[in-house]
Amino acid sequence: MTPQSGGIDVFIGTVRDATKGKAVVRLEFEAYEPMAIKEMQKIADEAFNKWPVQKLLIHHRTGMLEVGEVPVIIAVSCAHRDAAFDACRYVIDTLKQTVPIWKKEIFEDGEVWVAAHP
Amino acid sequence: MLAFGIAKDIFGGSSVEVELPENGTIQSLKESLEDRYPRLKHLVSYMVAVNNEYSSDEALLTTRDEIAIIPPVSGG
Repeated sequence: MTPQSGGIDVFIGTVRDATKGKAVVRLEFEAYEPMAIKEMQKIADEAFNKWPVQKLLIHHRTGMLEVGEVPVIIAVSCAHRDAAFDACRYVIDTLKQTVPIWKKEIFEDGEVWVAAHP
Repeated sequence: MLAFGIAKDIFGGSSVEVELPENGTIQSLKESLEDRYPRLKHLVSYMVAVNNEYSSDEALLTTRDEIAIIPPVSGG
C-alpha cells in the first residue's frame, strides 16, 4: 500500500474438496511460465489503466496443492474501496481467461484437465 | 514445440517435433497437428503462442520462433 491508500482488496483462491459433487483429492497446476508472467503483467497494466490503482499483486502457485491450500492471491490497493473491489475482480476474472496456467483435478479414481473438453 | 496441460497428454510429452514448410502459417501447423493427433479436435479450443504471445491463424512461422500449444486455460 501507499500513504494514499484507503483500502486493500484481497482475493485468496483455495483448493476446494469437490467439483460438481465429486470429491477432489488434490489439484495439480502447470504454467507456461514466461508467457504466464507476461500475460499477468498485461492484466496488471490494464487494471492500472482502468482504475486508480496504487499497488497490485498477482501470485499463482504451480505443482501439487492439497485441499485448503492457496493457488492464487490477488491484492489491490486504491484510495477508495469501489475501485479496489472492481479491479480485484477484473484481475482474477481475466487471469482465469488468458493466463496460460492449467489445473488438473485429481479424484480417487482418475484425473481430468479442467475446461479442456466440452 | 512446447505442449502444456492436456496437449502434453495428447502429444505424449512436453515437447514435440513437426516438419513444416518454411514460412508456413499457424493454420497449416494446426492442420498437420490435427492430422497426426486427432484428439486435438475434441478440445473446446486451443491456441498457438509464438514467442510467448497468442498468435492468429494467419501468422507466419519462422525457424527461430518458440511455438507453444495452449489448450483452454484453467488457472485460478
